[in-house]
Amino acid sequence: MSVELTGAEITIRCLQEEGVQCIFGYPGGAVLFIYDELFKQDKVRHILVRHEQAALHAADGYARSSNNVGVALVTSGPGLTNAVTGIATAYMDSIPLVIISGQVPTSAIGLDAFQEVDTVGITRPCVKHNFLVKDIKDLAETIKKAFYIASTGRPGPVLVDIPKDISQQKTQFIYPDKVVMRSYNPVVKGHSRQIKKAAELILSAKRPMIYAGGGVILSNASAQLTELAQILDFPCTTTLMGLGGYPATDKQSLGMLGMHGTYEANMAMQYCDVLVAVGARFDDRVIGNPKHFSNENRKIIHIDIDPSSISKRVKVDVPIVGDVLDVLKELIKTLKTEKTKPDQPAIKDWWKQIDLWRERDCLKFDRDSKIIKPQMVIERLYHITKGDAFITSDVGQHQMWAAQFYKFDKPRRWINSGGLGTMGFGMPAAMGVQLANPKGKVACITGEASIQMCIQELSTCKQYKLPLKIVNLNNRYMGMVRQWQEFFHGNRYAESYMDALPDFVKLAESYGHVGMKIERPEDIDDALKEAFKLKDRLVFMDFITDQTENVFPMVPGGKGLSEMILV
Amino acid sequence: MRHIISLLMENEAGALSRVAGLFSARGYNIESLSVAPTEDPTLSRMTLVTIGSDEVVEQVTKQLNKLIEVVKVIDLNDGNHIERELMLVKVRAIDSDREEIKRLTEIFRGSIIDVTDKSYTIELTGTSSKLDAFLDAVKRSAVLETVRTGASGIGRGEWILKV
Repeated sequence: MSVELTGAEITIRCLQEEGVQCIFGYPGGAVLFIYDELFKQDKVRHILVRHEQAALHAADGYARSSNNVGVALVTSGPGLTNAVTGIATAYMDSIPLVIISGQVPTSAIGLDAFQEVDTVGITRPCVKHNFLVKDIKDLAETIKKAFYIASTGRPGPVLVDIPKDISQQKTQFIYPDKVVMRSYNPVVKGHSRQIKKAAELILSAKRPMIYAGGGVILSNASAQLTELAQILDFPCTTTLMGLGGYPATDKQSLGMLGMHGTYEANMAMQYCDVLVAVGARFDDRVIGNPKHFSNENRKIIHIDIDPSSISKRVKVDVPIVGDVLDVLKELIKTLKTEKTKPDQPAIKDWWKQIDLWRERDCLKFDRDSKIIKPQMVIERLYHITKGDAFITSDVGQHQMWAAQFYKFDKPRRWINSGGLGTMGFGMPAAMGVQLANPKGKVACITGEASIQMCIQELSTCKQYKLPLKIVNLNNRYMGMVRQWQEFFHGNRYAESYMDALPDFVKLAESYGHVGMKIERPEDIDDALKEAFKLKDRLVFMDFITDQTENVFPMVPGGKGLSEMILV
Repeated sequence: MRHIISLLMENEAGALSRVAGLFSARGYNIESLSVAPTEDPTLSRMTLVTIGSDEVVEQVTKQLNKLIEVVKVIDLNDGNHIERELMLVKVRAIDSDREEIKRLTEIFRGSIIDVTDKSYTIELTGTSSKLDAFLDAVKRSAVLETVRTGASGIGRGEWILKV
């Protein structure tokens, strides 16, 4: 009889088998046996955060920037409830995570035990799947399934809830090579007849447009997307989640579309005659009012791995269910064998129209301002990092400016909470990014409101010597809330002012980091350069910016894409 | 429009709550829901009656398919199907009403399965609308209690929902 292992040992062995190098967590009663096993080995590194929300965001940033499954470990009850925001964040953006949570012993479940919550119930609506392990014999297979489900199909977070007694019981350890589930077989290959139909439609286009989302990043298909656009000479826009999926500095890039997208991207989206949607989901921040969007007659091809994303908000003409990478490869192959060629004169005219829209220069701002313009900080950050940094962001105006002014040429460089819009995401996500990319330059673009939602992680950064560069665009307002109040609520700034702010320089210093306060536009460059020179230190740059700056263009809620407010 | 959706799912704890949770989270209607294990005890078969436009019902079936424990989903409205529902009704039956209710039960091909000197309990099977029709035919004030299982549905002929 071979040696039997405890549930805790099995849990750690499973992580080792999956090749997990780094996990993020916080100990507590229900996971003590698991932490004890972590302590006895050195293959899986544990990063101790200061709040479980940060563990999830860090695992999330780790996953987004590295294409690995992110792993978090939290205890039962409050440990889990603190993690829920991070789980929901990953769920909305389809990020592959495995969350291991402790649970009270099986004998105590349902008895309102200390630190008991119905973890499976609480997380059900915000995970791809979850499990409660009730028998030690199921543990290894369950963890295998969790990794499999998280990383295949449309990715997402999967939670495994392990009662304390299960982590203590013993059984033989067998890690399955693979799992077969009759109820879960995600489609990879697109239907060849649909691909053929799409190719024919593409070649008939006179005003074509490619609209690419986060699916391109998740399926590692940016090279194929770029090839597709370039062989056809089609314009390409990306969503907030798709930034970096198509090189932003390429001449065919129209930048981001949507609520704060560029004029040219939104206009081309509205007035194209053939739209190729790739790994995107026509959400409310992207197309605005779906009725207004449908007023224009256009044919839509929609490539997505999730059938439920297709014809959800907008009816499409040629749906292709499959992995974006596979489908794009096939589509390119099919296009190359077609006898028809793209309608070059028509496309040339279309580009002329697009260039007219571009001349509107929708992202202009006052470059001679005596007060720091937030856009300027990001533009300088882009130049000083040569566009090569990993950028995480929090949520609000700074996030939109980062998306507009930092030009991402590569995928997995732009890490933000797109779907859920989670303030507090930026710094912990940056920790995960830095750990996945130890040599990478990592900057977190944030605001004085967002950063305070997970400010305690400055301590984690100190412990693990994470040399993040925090770019705090400090306008003493919850900027996006203030902007909406200015536009739609008669300038009544209800509770959107940030009073009693800490001295961020001293705050950073008290955590053992470097703090800088920058108040004049002429000091931006020097500050950024100096910060990046301090390669092994976290530098907190507090930029005091224009309080009244707004994000333009803007498609107001309920309006159509061509109804933008412009500067 | 009323749709009757049939699905097979893993017979596991929590699978039912995933389906119910999906409907409430996404704001879909559930008219009725009935579920029980099949001849293969590892599988449960569920029949769901929902009301919505074709677009909404298409989303419902896609979202159900996305649930990890759901093995197969069909919309029985896509083809010929049969549906049945079981109802138990307890009615006040005194004096001349006794004969009247008995006759009505026969007309609806139900059977009286419990009798007291004041009441009948009637078992009735049929489509949901037939059960509604029976309740309309009985005097409202006579109905003491009703229990309905919700519809169960199955495709006609060779149309089979199996793993």
